[in-house]
Order: sequence, then structure tokens, then C-alpha cells
Amino acid sequence: MILVDLDALASCLASPSCLVTQTTSGLIIGMLLFLVAVGLTLIFGVLKVVNFSHGAFYMFGAYFAMTAYQLTGSFALAILSGAAGTAILGLIFERVFMSRVYGRDVLMQLLVCYAFVLIFDDVVRMIWGPEFKSMGMPAAFQVPPLFIAGGVVPPYYLLLIGVALAAAAILGLGLARSRIGKVIRAAAQNPGMVSALGTNTGLIYGGVFALGGMLAGLAGALAAPVRSLTPGMGFSVLIESFIVTVIGGMGSILGALIGALLIGLIRSFGSLGFPLFTEGLMYLFMVIVLVSRPTGLFGKEVA
Amino acid sequence: MTELQAGQSAQPLEVPRIDARPQRYRDVLIALVAFVLLALLPMLFGSKQLLDFVIRCAAYGLFATSLNLLVGYTGLISFGHGMFFGLGAYGFGLMMQKTGVPIPVAFVATLAMTLVVAVVIGAICVRLKEIYFAFVTLAFQMLIHSTILSWQSLTGGDQGLRGGIPRPSFLGIDLSNHLHLYITSCALLVIGLFLMRQIAQSPFGYTLRMIRDNATRASFIGIDVWRAKLVIFVLAALFAATGGMIMALFVSGAYPEFAYWTISGEGIFINMLGGVTTFLGPMVGTVLLLILNDTVTRLTEYHGIVLGVVILFFAIGLRKGLMDFVVEWFAQRRGEERG
Repeated sequence: MILVDLDALASCLASPSCLVTQTTSGLIIGMLLFLVAVGLTLIFGVLKVVNFSHGAFYMFGAYFAMTAYQLTGSFALAILSGAAGTAILGLIFERVFMSRVYGRDVLMQLLVCYAFVLIFDDVVRMIWGPEFKSMGMPAAFQVPPLFIAGGVVPPYYLLLIGVALAAAAILGLGLARSRIGKVIRAAAQNPGMVSALGTNTGLIYGGVFALGGMLAGLAGALAAPVRSLTPGMGFSVLIESFIVTVIGGMGSILGALIGALLIGLIRSFGSLGFPLFTEGLMYLFMVIVLVSRPTGLFGKEVA
Repeated sequence: MTELQAGQSAQPLEVPRIDARPQRYRDVLIALVAFVLLALLPMLFGSKQLLDFVIRCAAYGLFATSLNLLVGYTGLISFGHGMFFGLGAYGFGLMMQKTGVPIPVAFVATLAMTLVVAVVIGAICVRLKEIYFAFVTLAFQMLIHSTILSWQSLTGGDQGLRGGIPRPSFLGIDLSNHLHLYITSCALLVIGLFLMRQIAQSPFGYTLRMIRDNATRASFIGIDVWRAKLVIFVLAALFAATGGMIMALFVSGAYPEFAYWTISGEGIFINMLGGVTTFLGPMVGTVLLLILNDTVTRLTEYHGIVLGVVILFFAIGLRKGLMDFVVEWFAQRRGEERG
């Protein structure tokens, strides 16, 4: 039992190949976390609820993608169905259930989400079975890995990072520049006024929830080839993405990106230096941020 | 100076002093009667299953009622309260397995350890706003759970603490005897509930209610909100740990599930089920949830779905706990009698 292995960490930091390998693995953890966390932060920013069942959307995204891939053999369709399926699920979930607990106390919102965490996990267990599943790497990416400065980088990782960055850019620009983005930001500030000006705020709430669910589903679909699928897989992702939003600041997209990358790097390098304390390192970082900046690194006004 | 003078010249306010003693005597009486009834139970019904059920009710009931001190009385929605339940179970089990001290010593030592952990975690958490508080406590729960899983040499990892917990007899009380264990659990439950009731009815308890209703006003009149919240967080943790210790004694071991977040979720649901507006609501909720759990697990392996639907029914449909209905019904009847 080695609790702290600083030699391993130091020797990795000294070697370019190890540095590249660990950084890319940190980046993909971070990018997946970002996609989940940004949905969480977006939903919180506009709807003022924390979607405690957000991890379930990540899980459904992965399972939808696996099924679509097994049926069609097309990886693009797999990703698409993961994202689209969870978007529809998010819309239904918000309109039928969550919309009933807005403005009620946090306890009720948490309870409704808690109920759905239980239900969704069991639904997955019913449909796909309780055992571990894996989707397998699509044929297009079964190619020899790239070597950058001696470090191993599978090409799929590059795709994953690219898609996540593209999603971040589209989301950030869309919210800042587009008309819909402006309406969403206005609804976050003052839903009553937006509604009085003739916009259907229910539609906006449903849309934002669907968008958040879609991003988590996209993360799940992207993760499906490189992670094993199991009922309940969403929960640890939910906790980590919540830590990300606490670090970055609730409601901030840039905060979610920076927070997710930091957590990803902490996880990948921490597993070398503190193999038994990797998770603890993450929490320690969260505590430091919470104590020094309770609103998070970028938390000020809601997006 | 002027303020001082104003204070001197003002008439002392006539505050009716409420004597808390009759209420306390009543609580003592209720506690004694409850204990005697519970102690007589094995003579009336010999079924081991029933006694097991009561022991589990004692463990979960202490946990859920202590959570209500946070949720119902102080407005602190902790989603990680189960960590102290797990901590109690593991702390006690390890203490008994590794050191072989008498049971009361291990009991007190576990409470001391819980106190230290609760002070550290509470100091970080209690100043956070409600949703942050809920999730950061949840995050700490997951930290403790993952520590238990990864620290295999000490905790046995996902297999749990196995090999049984030694239960040497102390002053003639032999906890490996099922009846002795039952009586001890009942005693701990009744004493725990009595103490929590005294906390809830004390001036400090009313301070907590004020913090729940309006923390800003409370701090304006000179209450140290942060400290009051921390104190109740730590006290609640101690009672939750006691529940965990009963559980560890009952199963003669400790399992990672005791520290998993679902325990906290169930605690919150128990409070919702029974109602947070009455002191005994969580106790009623505990009995209901355990019956529900036992029935559902016997009928289907997908008990998450059933439980989830029941939660939705309560949270969206009824919007109240069972005891809330009972209290309302009584109030209504009393109103009718008067009118």
C-alpha cells in the first residue's frame, strides 16, 4: 500500500512522453465532465434548480449510443441518437415533473430528482441488464495511436476533445450573440418580464432543460467507447460535475470549462502521485476554493 | 451613552416566563412508558423477526430524527447525513475488532471521532447556501464512501468489515444475546429521542427555528448563526453515528452501503414521508419506509422504481408527510369542537 508516491509523479513530470499521455487522459476526463457540468450549470442558471438526476442523462446517452451502434453500425448515428434521445427525455422530464416543483422548497426538488435517480437506474437495469456492458471502439478509430513527443494519444481522444470544444464554443457564442441566447439570458434574469413581453417561458425552460440533458447525453455517447456501461454510472459523474460547478462558479460556462479541466488534470496526475488519495485530492481542491472564494472561481452573475 | 441611558430608563419588559419543567416531566414519562412497552414486547410476541424490525427501526429512527433536527428545525437540507451513520458503524466496528476495549469505551470513542469529523466538515459546509450545502455535504459523503472502498487494508473495501464484531459482555449485558441487544437498542433509541426532544424544545432549539425562518433577522438580534448551525450539525452527527453503531451491532459488521449516499436519500425521504413539522414524524416515516422496503424487496427486484413512484406520489401529489395530516386533522377537529 503506497499512499503517496511523489517519485512517480516527479519522474512523470520530467519525461515528455509521460507528460503528454497524462495530459491527454486528463483532458478527456475534463472534457466529458465539462459537457455534463455545463448542462448542470445552464439549467441552474436559468431554472434555478439543481438537476440532481443529471447523471442519469449521461447514463442514458451512453446506453442509447450503444444500442444505436449495435443496430446500425454507424458511429455518427450512435452519437446523434445519444444526444437526441436524452434531449427528448429532458424535455418530457422537465415539462411533466420538474415544472411542478419550481419555486417550492429545495427539499421537494431534491426529492423529485432523487425519485428519478432510483427510477432511471432501475429502468436501465430492466432494459439493458445489471451487468457491465461495453460498446467497443468504432472501426474508424481502430488505428494505431499517434505519438506526440513520445506520448501515446489515441485518435479517438482527439475527436472527443474536438467535439467537446466545439460544443463549448457553440454554446458560449450562441448564448452571447444569438437572439435565442439573449432571450434565455433575459429569462434567467427576470422570467416574469420575459413572459409579459410575449415569450413562452415554459418553452424556454423546457428547451434549456432539453439542451442540458442533450449535452450530458452527448458526453455519455462520447464516453461509451472508452468507458464501461453500468446502471448507476451517472452518479459519480454527477458528483464530479457538481464539484466542477462549485469550483468554476454556478451558472458560469467558462467556469465550468476551467473547473472541468482542472479536475481532469488533478485526477490524471493525482493518480500517479497519490494513488489512494486521488478522489480526496479533488475534494481538497474543492474545499480550498469554497473557503477562499465561496462563489467559485468565475461565479458572479448567472449566465 | 444615549443608548445606555435609554436602556436604563426603559421599563423592564414583562416577559411571561414559561416553566419548561412540566413539559420535561411529561417527556420523561412518555420515554419511560415507551421503553417499558418496547421491553415488554418480547414477552408478548416471541417472533425474532419483529424484534429485528424494532432494532432496525431504532438504528434508522435515530438517524432520521437527527436529520430532522437539521432539515425540519434548522432548514439545513443535508444530503450527506448518512456519512455519519456509516462513520459510526465503521468506527465502532473497527474499534471493537482492533482494540478489544469494552463496548461503552468504543461507543464513546466513536462518538468522539464523529465529533471531530463533524466539526471539520460542518465548519466548511454550514455557511453555504441551501443547495450548495446539500451538494457539498453529499460530496463529503461520497469522499468518505470512496475512502472506505479504497482503504482495503483497514476497512475490507467493498466486502465490508467481515469476521464479525466481538461483543464482550459488560456488567452482565451480553450484546451477542439477541434479547440483550434488543433491549439495549430500545434503550439507546428512547434515550436518543429524549435528548433530541430536549434539544428541540430548549431555547437553543427555538433559536434554530428562528434561523430556519429568517437567518438575517436572527443575526441582527445577535445570534451567531454560523455557530448555532455548526453546533446542531455536530449534535445531529452524534445521534446519526449512534444509529450507525446500533446497525453495526445488529449485523455484526459494517458495509460500504452504510456510508453510501442512498442512506442520506432515504433519510430525507423518511422525513418527507413522516413529516418534518412534528418531532415524531421521522420515527413514523422510518417505520413506514422499512415496512415498504421489506414488502417491495420481497415482491420485485426493481424496488428502486416502486420507491421512486412512492416518493413522487408524496413529493408532487400529497406535498406533505403523514404526521402533518394527522396534526392537521386534530387541529381541525379541535376547531370544530370550539366553533
